[in-house]
Amino acid sequence: MNSAHDLGGQMAFGPVVPEPNEPVFHGDWEKRVLAINVAAGAMGAWTIDEIRHARESLPPAQYLSSTYYEIWLAALDKVLIGHGFLSADELATGKPAPERREPKRVLKGEEVAGVLRRGFPYERKAEAPARFAVGDRIRTIVMHPQHHTRLPRYARGKTGVVERVTGCHVFPDTGSQGQPETAQWLYTVVFDGCELWGRDADPTSTVSIEAWESYLEPA
Amino acid sequence: MSGQHHHDHDHHHDNHFTAIEARVKALETLMVQKGYVDPAALDAIIDTYETKIGPRDGARIVAKAWTDPAFAERLKADGTAAAAELGYGGRGGEHIVACFNTPEQHNLIVCTLCSCYPWPVLGLPPVWYKSPPYRAKAVIDPRGTIADFGVTLPESQRIRVWDSTAETRFIVIPMRPAGTEGWSEEKLASIVTRDSMIGTGLPRMEDAA
Repeated sequence: MNSAHDLGGQMAFGPVVPEPNEPVFHGDWEKRVLAINVAAGAMGAWTIDEIRHARESLPPAQYLSSTYYEIWLAALDKVLIGHGFLSADELATGKPAPERREPKRVLKGEEVAGVLRRGFPYERKAEAPARFAVGDRIRTIVMHPQHHTRLPRYARGKTGVVERVTGCHVFPDTGSQGQPETAQWLYTVVFDGCELWGRDADPTSTVSIEAWESYLEPA
Repeated sequence: MSGQHHHDHDHHHDNHFTAIEARVKALETLMVQKGYVDPAALDAIIDTYETKIGPRDGARIVAKAWTDPAFAERLKADGTAAAAELGYGGRGGEHIVACFNTPEQHNLIVCTLCSCYPWPVLGLPPVWYKSPPYRAKAVIDPRGTIADFGVTLPESQRIRVWDSTAETRFIVIPMRPAGTEGWSEEKLASIVTRDSMIGTGLPRMEDAA
């Protein structure tokens, strides 16, 4: 989806302004959003890519004027409603309705350390050999899907080189649409700055993306 | 997303936070009352990211790579396994790649599409990392981006930008500064800043402890 989240190469945002001695959180509510986001995700009802899509499909003006935890909160509301855990009315009133969807699992306090340490690995068993090898020249496809994708606009239709074959990883474009186990070969692909940005590039720069196999064609 | 949101308009700020605090409280109450989340889990998650995991973990990896060539080789070959040797890994860093700076190449990490960041080794990302100015600029003007942090790299050093578009997470291994010969791993770790592991900074000799 070509939305506000796909920021690479955009301009007019001004310089990066780091905050000196920045705290981990800027308020108690940010801590709660982080924790609810992690714990609700552990119910296993949606994938990381589905909730990413919920974030990036917020209206651009809202996306760009929100802090990141505000974006998380807005997306969390969307997926909780979308999966029938909460209703818009409950969220508006704060009062629970009797209807309830039974989650697959609920993360218990004593399980947190182990679950965070194990994480949720995204590598899957390969069902076919990798199409590309290290050193291969490739061109990224041009596409503008309505759905979630992890091929950024600035890197579409560009020629680069495969630097690393990472393994077979869950494919986000379908993972965001209810297919959490569909996997494809994943590659690190490097582009010269000039290939991406033409005469405005820093000629001493290169940029890599992590690209799934169907994003790539031989060049 | 307004990167400077937290610096300006204090009165605005307070009102804004009050409204959002009420909204978050309502959501949390609903989630707990309906049995979707365990309040003890929420507290444990916050405690983990507020007090247990942070850039000191990544600094330990860097210091070990500086002092133990065999570890550095393992880290280059398989970042996930090498980090696990020191007890690090898991959510938000299931697949780790270490990017070693050299005199010829400086590495810079970004996530242009969202906020991917190596949580198990650096903790939660700073606001600027998740904000439009950084996500927009890092890929098209990496040298200018680094300059925003007050760091000037030699013209002869190429810059490689790593856009975190998959679940692979990157950590920069900065070069060990001259004048640190014979230092302990602990002392070396004290000069490894968070930004030096993102690529927007360099180790700070003045921080040596």
